[in-house]
Amino acid sequence: MTDVLIIGCGVIGAACAYELAHSNVSVTVLEADNDVANGTTKANSAILHAGYDPHPGTRMAALNVEGVALARDICARLDVPYDPIGSLVLAFDEKDLETLNVLYDRGIKNGVPDIELLTADEVHAMEPNLADNVCGALYAPSAAVVSPWEYCLAMAEVAVKNGVELHRNSPVTAIEQIEGGFRVHTPDAVYEARYILNAAGVNAGAVHELVAPKEYHITPNRGEYYLLDKNQGQQVSHVIFQCPNENGKGVLVSPTVHGNLIVGPNAEGVSAADDTETTSAGLEFVMNAARRSVPGINFRENIRNFAGVRANHSSDDFLIAESKFVPGFFDLAGIKSPGLSAAPAIAKEAARLLAGAGLELPPKADFADGRTRVRFNECTPEEKNALIAEDPRYGRIICRCETVTEGEIVATLSTPIPPMSVNGVKRRVGAGMGRCQGGFCGPRVQDILARELGCSPVDIPMDSNGTWVLCGETKSKAN
Amino acid sequence: MYQLIVIGGGPAGLAAALKAKEEGLENILILERDKELGGILNQCIHNGFGLHYFKEELTGPEYAGRFIAQLEGTGIEVKADTMVLDITAREDGVKVVSAVNGAEGYMTLETATVVLAMGCRERTRGAISIPGARCAGVYTAGAAQHFLNMEGYMVGKRVVILGSGDIGLIMARRMTLEGAKVLACVELMPYSGGLNRNIVQCLNDYDIPLYLSHTVVDIRGKDRVEQVVVAKVGPDRKPVPGTEMVFDCDTLLLSVGLIPENELSRQANVVMDPRTNGAVVYENMETSLPGVFACGNVVHVHDLVDFVTAESQRAGAAAAAWVKNGPAASARTIELKNGAGVGYTVPQKLRLDAVDKAEIFFRVRQVYGNASIRVMDGEKQLAAFKREHMAPGEMERITLPRKLLEMAAGDTLTVEIAEA
Repeated sequence: MTDVLIIGCGVIGAACAYELAHSNVSVTVLEADNDVANGTTKANSAILHAGYDPHPGTRMAALNVEGVALARDICARLDVPYDPIGSLVLAFDEKDLETLNVLYDRGIKNGVPDIELLTADEVHAMEPNLADNVCGALYAPSAAVVSPWEYCLAMAEVAVKNGVELHRNSPVTAIEQIEGGFRVHTPDAVYEARYILNAAGVNAGAVHELVAPKEYHITPNRGEYYLLDKNQGQQVSHVIFQCPNENGKGVLVSPTVHGNLIVGPNAEGVSAADDTETTSAGLEFVMNAARRSVPGINFRENIRNFAGVRANHSSDDFLIAESKFVPGFFDLAGIKSPGLSAAPAIAKEAARLLAGAGLELPPKADFADGRTRVRFNECTPEEKNALIAEDPRYGRIICRCETVTEGEIVATLSTPIPPMSVNGVKRRVGAGMGRCQGGFCGPRVQDILARELGCSPVDIPMDSNGTWVLCGETKSKAN
Repeated sequence: MYQLIVIGGGPAGLAAALKAKEEGLENILILERDKELGGILNQCIHNGFGLHYFKEELTGPEYAGRFIAQLEGTGIEVKADTMVLDITAREDGVKVVSAVNGAEGYMTLETATVVLAMGCRERTRGAISIPGARCAGVYTAGAAQHFLNMEGYMVGKRVVILGSGDIGLIMARRMTLEGAKVLACVELMPYSGGLNRNIVQCLNDYDIPLYLSHTVVDIRGKDRVEQVVVAKVGPDRKPVPGTEMVFDCDTLLLSVGLIPENELSRQANVVMDPRTNGAVVYENMETSLPGVFACGNVVHVHDLVDFVTAESQRAGAAAAAWVKNGPAASARTIELKNGAGVGYTVPQKLRLDAVDKAEIFFRVRQVYGNASIRVMDGEKQLAAFKREHMAPGEMERITLPRKLLEMAAGDTLTVEIAEA
């Protein structure tokens, strides 16, 4: 019987696995998809919020501020792209200026470091491409941008390196209460665990109801985005928010850690947890709203649209608690924004809850922290030559837009959580993330994966299982 | 130190290198990022290449093969599987090209001249923001062509094609011949973006309907495309509600335009033309950086490789002249502007002293019946060329002799279309 079973390997599940891997307890993670970070974690604004939005006194406020501070160290230790560029909330009128005062007060109460209110001149000096009618801003230097999937992946990898068992393609289909814990069923296996952490994101409610009566309701809420080419990445140098209103935090414009420009999201309730469709109305709303902040964004340089689904629920706080009906079953649910920011603090909170429920967490003496990966395009010429001398595949550029080598792609296959799909490679090394969106490198990545995994390219999906790319050989090849 | 480094070993780079050699250059290097020379022609296994240049009909690989064969014995050096990372122009005029490959590692190469011949890439779903499900099954036509013709794999069985560019039309036929059902070719504009011969030979001959003034308004499917929704567009190119048609299919191919691949050029500070997304070039295909030339689809997207070859030979010859005679000097430079109905011109600038007869290439913005191409000096017409038919999908060409250019009062001339 494993001590702790974590359901879901998005950023919350991964952060919990990483946190618990520091202790001498056995941990198993079940992920329904064929890769980690493949739900809300991969499709969001990729922002670590400073922490002035949540209401003071909520757990969300405390965990947000604590999480951002923890994230800085984790990203440094685990080689995760992270850039503390700071954020600006813009005001366009008197009413907005009042909102900024409210946010400022909240930020002070929440312990957000170094926030300040800026005049119109100050904010325009910091960001010359903002609209002329911006009349003030709230500046929060502790906000950061991050690669959300690499953040999740890195924590999961280190957890696995330190003994955490991760099973992918393992959707939980049933949970039984047994003596001293739970029996958890997936299509292929049965697991027993003393405690369960439910980190199933937008599906957390459904997982909860496999073992306990309904205690909360998750409402999937979709946000749509534009991701623009790197020539637009210099439009702004901070995360640019608009004042929050009844529809959420409003549309943001921000550089990404990869140098692109991200614009979004809108907010729309959807019926299905996996409804990541984009819509022309949603995208048009996002475009127009973003132009209010930064009129000169050239949307002709868009390279990708995507949508993510927030795990919303009726309360203003995260739902982090033991089930009232099923002792030992803990929900980490309703992790909407700022969930990415709070993730490592949520994991510490989960560990405290487990300890409170009787799980001993003795430190693991031989815990091996740290992780690095080769980023060829960031190497000096000398480093490039050293890599190529060791393995000539580092001299073969597969992704032309992002300068990703065959060596980097092949190296992912000997990491603790190797990719199973073309997009799995993309999330690990960036191949296909650029302006041609895999038009050139997609077939080559497919080929390399098939070769290294010893299967046919036909067996390599684009992303989740079922997202097939090829349906068979051509007549000429078959003959 | 090289006399010429050619970046890209497709039809443009090959023609430029061979011409430069013929004109007397010695140390010439071609850098090609793929494993083999030939560029995109290698996956264009259909025929129709070479009608102008060789006066016979060849396949893409055959067309490329003729130039590759000519390399033999020339001493032109080729590094394949080699990616250029950047180009810098030193103050002494020497250009430094840094590149990488598996055999030699990271290298910096010095050269007197550079020919940029990197070609173009396809516009993607993101570039035109097609809404809908984020499932698998949406490919650019060229990526699908690579899978079929280079790797030998099929990408789907029931296909809708958005865009009537030539690659999309060719793929409609290719997928059909491989047993797929191509349900429709959908074009936003009221006219096709491809060559007329491809409409006839790739759609009409296989009874594939072409829906002009239509677009894709939704993609449906969980893991893989299951349906594509197509609607009519009005004169504003916006979908007309109530005109939706639903196609049950597993694949959407996109043939929605090509973009010259100029990341290297931009990074080297070559002045770009927003109309072509390529470099601004002089009559000899020289860019704003002295001794750096550009040719082929990296300058502007061509429809016929034969014209790429001709343009690239000019660039190669110019690189040779640059090495032998130094930079072209001219007391007077005429800039060509595009007027009514003209999308762009290449070249954009003409140095009068270097011009004997200037060949001007351009595209019109809409379909024209009887119309004339006019070269205007302000309000004054210097020349007119009659055309019975012009379409954006077919590149136009006019020749302007130096004598005519010298008649310009100022330093600009405008090319425009006047309907009869």
